[in-house]
Amino acid sequence: MTTPPPIPSSEITPPELYFNRRSLLRAGIVAATTASTAGLYRALNRPGAEEVKTPELVGLVKDRGDSTDPVEQANPEGAADPVEAAPAEPVDNGFHTDETLTSLRSVTNYNNFYEFTTSKERVALVSRNFVSRPWTVAVEGLVHKPKVFDLDEILKLSAPEERVYRMRCVEGWSMVIPWAGFSLSKLLDAVEPMGSAKYVAFETLFDPKRMPGQNYPALDWPYVEGLRLDEALHPLTMLATGLYGRELPAPNGAPLRLVVPWKYGFKGIKSIVKISLTENQPPTSWNVTAPGEYGFYSNVNPDVAHPRWSQATEQRIGESGRRKTLMFNGYGEQVAQLYTGMDLRRNF
Amino acid sequence: MTHQNLQFAKFVALLNCAVPGLLLGLDALRGDLGANPVNFAIRTTGMLSLICLVLSLAVTPAARVSGWSQITHFRRMLGVYAFLYAAVHFGIFFGFDRAGSVSSTLSEMSLRPYLAVGAASLLMMAPLAATSTNGMIKRVGGKRWKLLHRLAYPAGLAAVTHYFLLVKSDTRLPMAFGATLVVLLGYRVFALRRKRSVDLNQRGPRIGENNVVQAEPLP
Repeated sequence: MTTPPPIPSSEITPPELYFNRRSLLRAGIVAATTASTAGLYRALNRPGAEEVKTPELVGLVKDRGDSTDPVEQANPEGAADPVEAAPAEPVDNGFHTDETLTSLRSVTNYNNFYEFTTSKERVALVSRNFVSRPWTVAVEGLVHKPKVFDLDEILKLSAPEERVYRMRCVEGWSMVIPWAGFSLSKLLDAVEPMGSAKYVAFETLFDPKRMPGQNYPALDWPYVEGLRLDEALHPLTMLATGLYGRELPAPNGAPLRLVVPWKYGFKGIKSIVKISLTENQPPTSWNVTAPGEYGFYSNVNPDVAHPRWSQATEQRIGESGRRKTLMFNGYGEQVAQLYTGMDLRRNF
Repeated sequence: MTHQNLQFAKFVALLNCAVPGLLLGLDALRGDLGANPVNFAIRTTGMLSLICLVLSLAVTPAARVSGWSQITHFRRMLGVYAFLYAAVHFGIFFGFDRAGSVSSTLSEMSLRPYLAVGAASLLMMAPLAATSTNGMIKRVGGKRWKLLHRLAYPAGLAAVTHYFLLVKSDTRLPMAFGATLVVLLGYRVFALRRKRSVDLNQRGPRIGENNVVQAEPLP
């Protein structure tokens, strides 16, 4: 039995004869141009989808920690009457919310971190190779024990606790993030603030080689932030070293950032290298850039609109539709007493 | 270019202008618009509208400078796409960001200049899109049509202002769009003044000007 020999390729009718040659050319033009347009669109306009994975944190304390220790309670001024010092019900310290967590992907791919890029969706990509070790933080100013801390020394100050906070951005969107870290007061206690200290000033790393966004003066670098000392000592004010049980990813401010859940997100300064205690109110980056739009306090306040847009509602990332923004981002029970007697419209 | 080839070129342009919108729609169906999908879709359609608008306004100066008058055949399509993307942009804002509430949309517009300016831009583009057919050009009449379609410039400036007012501090992109518009508008004003002074001196139209101008009425 014999099989017929295969047809030599030279005998196959060339496609340009088989098809109408012009149609083929046109189909080619249509395919090539639309593919190029699609490629250009994809290159210029991609929603963030970087896989951001950092090492797991060791020794994370996950319990809800509704503390009965008056120092950890809502009122940091310690107004607890010794007779009533053992409350029957635990006070809600605000450390946890039962609201649905924002996905790790969204938390790490939607960031305002102008030190890398002003595009929220691209921060994860641009910060991909950011190295945050070794890292030191200078704690100085009006303190009895100024010190340059190595990152590991700060991490040893306290075991990382998981705290689930709402985060409200001044742009009108919000997230729910399981942070890891501890109250900033633990670090401040270690350096012993002087009686004359009234404010705490923070500074982000300035290194345009590692943070390429700093080559463009989107803000007056380095980024600086500040809190009143009583705000800084409030138990909710957190020095975050991680999220989702992992070390802090670069787009979220590796290796160390501030989290102040009742204030707009930009108060939560990232990648901190310096903390100093001062007598006078320190300058803050967004306030310097646009004093009429961003105040020193920047407490979340649905009744005080940004001059250009409303703050009454917010887009919770992962939800459809907008939800009402809460006064002090829902932490009024814990922090409202810090502002007793203050006009929050003037001190926005 | 033969008539047949021009028709094909227009078809290719039509398709390519639709590609970003189709991809956006596809990504939306796949739930692939990132952390803040509504904002992403609003931003993308707004940007596409602005790009089409600037390109449509660049056609006439480009045709005059290069002498390649056939590109004027693409102007209408770019203008209509600018309107369509702006309409979708507003539609997403109304339908998703404002949850279809007319009262909340109107109150936000009255309170926020950036929204008012954006709405003004869309309202200026609407009659231009509506009068973009050959039949409408005839009905409106060449001269009046030209005058009406100069609204494309204020519409563009309003769109850029709308964008500029949204940005917190990095104004590079809105500034770049604004600068491009100013250059294009400047060119047209300059060309118009020159043409008038030439007419006053009772000289004929400049070489290369007449054939372009007649191709399709100017915006």
